[in-house]
Amino acid sequence: MGIWQSLSGPPEYRQLAEKTGFTCEQIGVLHKRFKQLSHNEDTLRREHFNAIHDLGCNPIRVQIIEAFFDRRNLIPPDEGRMEEIHLEDFVVVMSHFKPPPLSMTDEQRDSVRTEKLKFLFNMHDMDNDGTITLEEYRHVVEELLSRSAHISKEAADSIADAAMLEVAAISMGHMEPDEFYEGITFEHFLKLLNSFEIEAKMNVRFLNMNASTVCY
Amino acid sequence: MPARTRVTASLLSLLPLLPLLPLLPLLPLAAAGAADGIPGSSPAAFEDVQSHGGGYRVVQWEWTYVQTPYVIAVWLLVASVAKILFHLSQRFTTVVPESCLLILLGLALGGLVLLASERQPYQLEPALFFLFLLPTIVGDAGYFMPARLFFDNLGAILTYAVAGTLWNAFCTGFGLHAAKLMGLIDERVQAGMMDFLLFGALISAVDPVAVLAVFEEVHVNDTLFIIVFGESLLNDAVTVVLYKVYISFVEVGVENVQTADYFKGIASFLVVSVGGTLVGLVFAVLLSFLTRFTKRVRIIEPLFVFLMVYLAYLTAELFSLSSILSMTFCGIGANKYVEANISQKSRTTVKYTMKTLASIAETLIFIFLGISAVDKSKWAWDTGLVACTLVFIFIFRAAGVVAQTWVLNRFRLVPLEKMDQVVMSYGGLRGAVAFALVVLLDDKRVKAKDYFVATTIVVVFFTVMFQGLTIKPLVKWLKVPRSTSRKPTINEEIHERAFDHILTAVEDIAGLQGYHHWRDKWEQFDKNHLSKLLLRKSVYRKSELWEAYQKINIRDAISLIDQGGNVLTSARLSLPSMTSGASFPDAANVTNYLRENGSGVCLDLQVIHNIPGGKVEEDMETHHFLAENLYKPRRRYQSHYSRHFISAGAKERQDREVFQRNMKSRMETVKSGRPKRHKKERNAKKRRGSEDKAGRSGGQRGKDPVGVPLGSDEDEDQGERSDPEKEEDVGITFVAVKAETPKRRPHSVAADAHLPWKGVGVLWPPPCVSLEATKVIPVDLQQAWNQSISSLESVSLPRHEGGRAPRPISYTPPGGPVSPPPEEDEEEDETRPLVPSLKAALKPPPPRVYLRSLVTAPPPPGSEDPCARGPTQL
Repeated sequence: MGIWQSLSGPPEYRQLAEKTGFTCEQIGVLHKRFKQLSHNEDTLRREHFNAIHDLGCNPIRVQIIEAFFDRRNLIPPDEGRMEEIHLEDFVVVMSHFKPPPLSMTDEQRDSVRTEKLKFLFNMHDMDNDGTITLEEYRHVVEELLSRSAHISKEAADSIADAAMLEVAAISMGHMEPDEFYEGITFEHFLKLLNSFEIEAKMNVRFLNMNASTVCY
Repeated sequence: MPARTRVTASLLSLLPLLPLLPLLPLLPLAAAGAADGIPGSSPAAFEDVQSHGGGYRVVQWEWTYVQTPYVIAVWLLVASVAKILFHLSQRFTTVVPESCLLILLGLALGGLVLLASERQPYQLEPALFFLFLLPTIVGDAGYFMPARLFFDNLGAILTYAVAGTLWNAFCTGFGLHAAKLMGLIDERVQAGMMDFLLFGALISAVDPVAVLAVFEEVHVNDTLFIIVFGESLLNDAVTVVLYKVYISFVEVGVENVQTADYFKGIASFLVVSVGGTLVGLVFAVLLSFLTRFTKRVRIIEPLFVFLMVYLAYLTAELFSLSSILSMTFCGIGANKYVEANISQKSRTTVKYTMKTLASIAETLIFIFLGISAVDKSKWAWDTGLVACTLVFIFIFRAAGVVAQTWVLNRFRLVPLEKMDQVVMSYGGLRGAVAFALVVLLDDKRVKAKDYFVATTIVVVFFTVMFQGLTIKPLVKWLKVPRSTSRKPTINEEIHERAFDHILTAVEDIAGLQGYHHWRDKWEQFDKNHLSKLLLRKSVYRKSELWEAYQKINIRDAISLIDQGGNVLTSARLSLPSMTSGASFPDAANVTNYLRENGSGVCLDLQVIHNIPGGKVEEDMETHHFLAENLYKPRRRYQSHYSRHFISAGAKERQDREVFQRNMKSRMETVKSGRPKRHKKERNAKKRRGSEDKAGRSGGQRGKDPVGVPLGSDEDEDQGERSDPEKEEDVGITFVAVKAETPKRRPHSVAADAHLPWKGVGVLWPPPCVSLEATKVIPVDLQQAWNQSISSLESVSLPRHEGGRAPRPISYTPPGGPVSPPPEEDEEEDETRPLVPSLKAALKPPPPRVYLRSLVTAPPPPGSEDPCARGPTQL
């Protein structure tokens, strides 16, 4: 442990590394990026995100940015939204995209899945009521299609409607006549993406080394 | 006439064997052998003609004239029949791969040929193989390569293809040389280090034909398959260069090789691989660009695909670049644009033709491999060489895979597991490429050629037969994840797309220029520049997600038809708006029917759903009449025979009729039994779909109802059909779209404009989901639903023969009482419905109370007609 501590430099890095599972080199890289985005301030605000050039043409930019300001994605989860985030929040949100360890037990795999899906669910569930309503889902599909401007809104909506009914079919199976489908709850969401290998997909390779930020 | 009798005799001797089709190719052989008797023998006539003393011959034996195509055709026939025979026993072919059986058949045939004649006339000729057989297989593989999967794993594929092949080649070469020095290989094998390196180079490359043949039956997971298969394609450049370099080294002699030559070799590798890829990409662009302009020559669209892909291969070969790389990248690059540009039928044609050719080429290759093995002149057996080669290629392959995977896993997000590595090592099959290359060797320069040929044959047979036979049990035993042929759900499709963007966004935020970042950049470039250049205007607007959605729709539609249109009765469905307590005996599996209906692919009921709610009876009468008497419609089908255009075939018409009858009967049952809720939804969805379609393709008209052709006159329709911007190939099975939508679309668009729910979108910008009951079905859908159900009802109303049906109440245009415009009397009858609709369109949509009434006031059973129309009443 002594070697570990001597290597890990700034104590906040060490804490963060324990909390998020990043190595402190990776945290160093992220910190550098944080400072770059915030112009050396302590906090990031939405306009900093909006200023990222490459993000400009991303159709679901808004949702992604909101995810960073969403307290539900923090550890431990909380309610509500923030106006500005600190390095810790930034790194914690990023840690949802951390690749899983090379070998996992089934329980680990399940927990990774749940955690990643929860993030995704929160992203779609904009109003934080525990369900993705048709309205919200339509919104997602519309934004996904918005890159190709020629798809009409109706087309997007009909895709969303079809998807929604599919959810109803998968998750409810048989519905009583006077029932109607409220929206996707998280349990249904899990069921829905059961065969979707999210643990293999929702990953970004974070740089390990960056000469200037290796934290000694 | 000794020659003639010999011909006859040999023919007769073969006659009993003729039912055994595989023997057919022997016939020309026997004939040729017989013809040798007289040089330049004239065509022999049959006996009865000869009895006239050689006058005019009624029937002539023109063997020499037809020989070549005849032999080819017979060979193809033999290969195809062999496949039929193999698949007679289902259980047998699941255990033994087809490639094994084909090789065995080849061995048997080769034995027969050997008995019939001294020399072996049929062999796997390198020229035949490289110019015709290989390109068909590679072309198919490249064109249908799952591009996304391929590029996602490109790093791993390239590593294995380049580093792995180099490693295998060098290690096998040096290993064999060492074995030679140690005396394990017999003295008779006169080969130096360069010879062994050359042999190592050609024997070490994993063969695409063999890999495809074996892995297609194994069904390992996609990643594993694409890595092994991609490697087998991309290692071509390495093999070609190593082969050529060594050949030149062998020619000049090892001692004369200078240092510069090694660097030339490396440079040549770069040129061959990059050059091959570039040639492929250039042809891909050309091909995509060409298919932009084939609208009027649909019938030869597929030909362009074949020609350009093949030319990519030949051009690369012409400049001695890597032809496999060229063809592969041509296929991968062009696929997206070509598939979007060409018609649905051409797509099917391309697919089937490519698969047919590839399959037959593969069959021929394996049969010829078997036959080639039975050739006494080739057998120069050396146990040491064969054993060493087998051991070395296996060991080095395994070692290479493990080492490279270890390195790769440090970079891969999804690591390759141990089982994957085993399968990859074991799946390193060698095949016909190696054989063709070894046959190409010059035996004056490479003294040990015969030994090498024999060893290659053994290696190929061992890998294809033994490993091919055992890989399936191995995969089962190791529990390697198999590929699932499950259809992705719409939600998965949506999330698949969403993930691309999410990951890109995260990389951008984290400031990482990772894979997703660059892929996104490429997609931007593709969308902004390439697609504009290479895609037709009409297709370039559709997004990928839309395409995927459409595909799902078409697929479901087809499966719906396959099941006789009865999918809807398979499950029970209750929707919010349904009468409480009522359940549908034949309600639907939501997914299926939603998909089927929510799309732009108009499936069914075009007879009905195209009639807007506010139409006069004539139209309905007409349509109803049409629906019942499809074979005497007013519509004229286009010319009966045309070489250049394919009209709607009788089969399609048949299908349509069957389908319509089906739908109609279903409609009847619904009508007699239950409230039509789910029907309504279908129609609403459908209508919506058609509206989307119309909105896209005929948006102009949709916005401007005045410009809509008012009559349903046939001439108008014909004009519409030739509308250049209309894609006439949207649906393959349901001609509803193909032939009829252009006709009907204007109507629905025009009429839609006045429908109250059409206005909703305008006035209520976000589609308003009503408070409780309509969580799933949005307001505007509900309304559309009502509209269409009312039209449905009215169509199925009992008609008054010869007269007009009583105008149902719901035909009052929703905009309120409309006084008939003055010009109505001068217009044709058919235009009448539209006139009020124009008026109505100008009016603000009425309050949407009736939605509630639909939900809360269920139609009392028994009195269908008024209550079904009830919702549309205000």
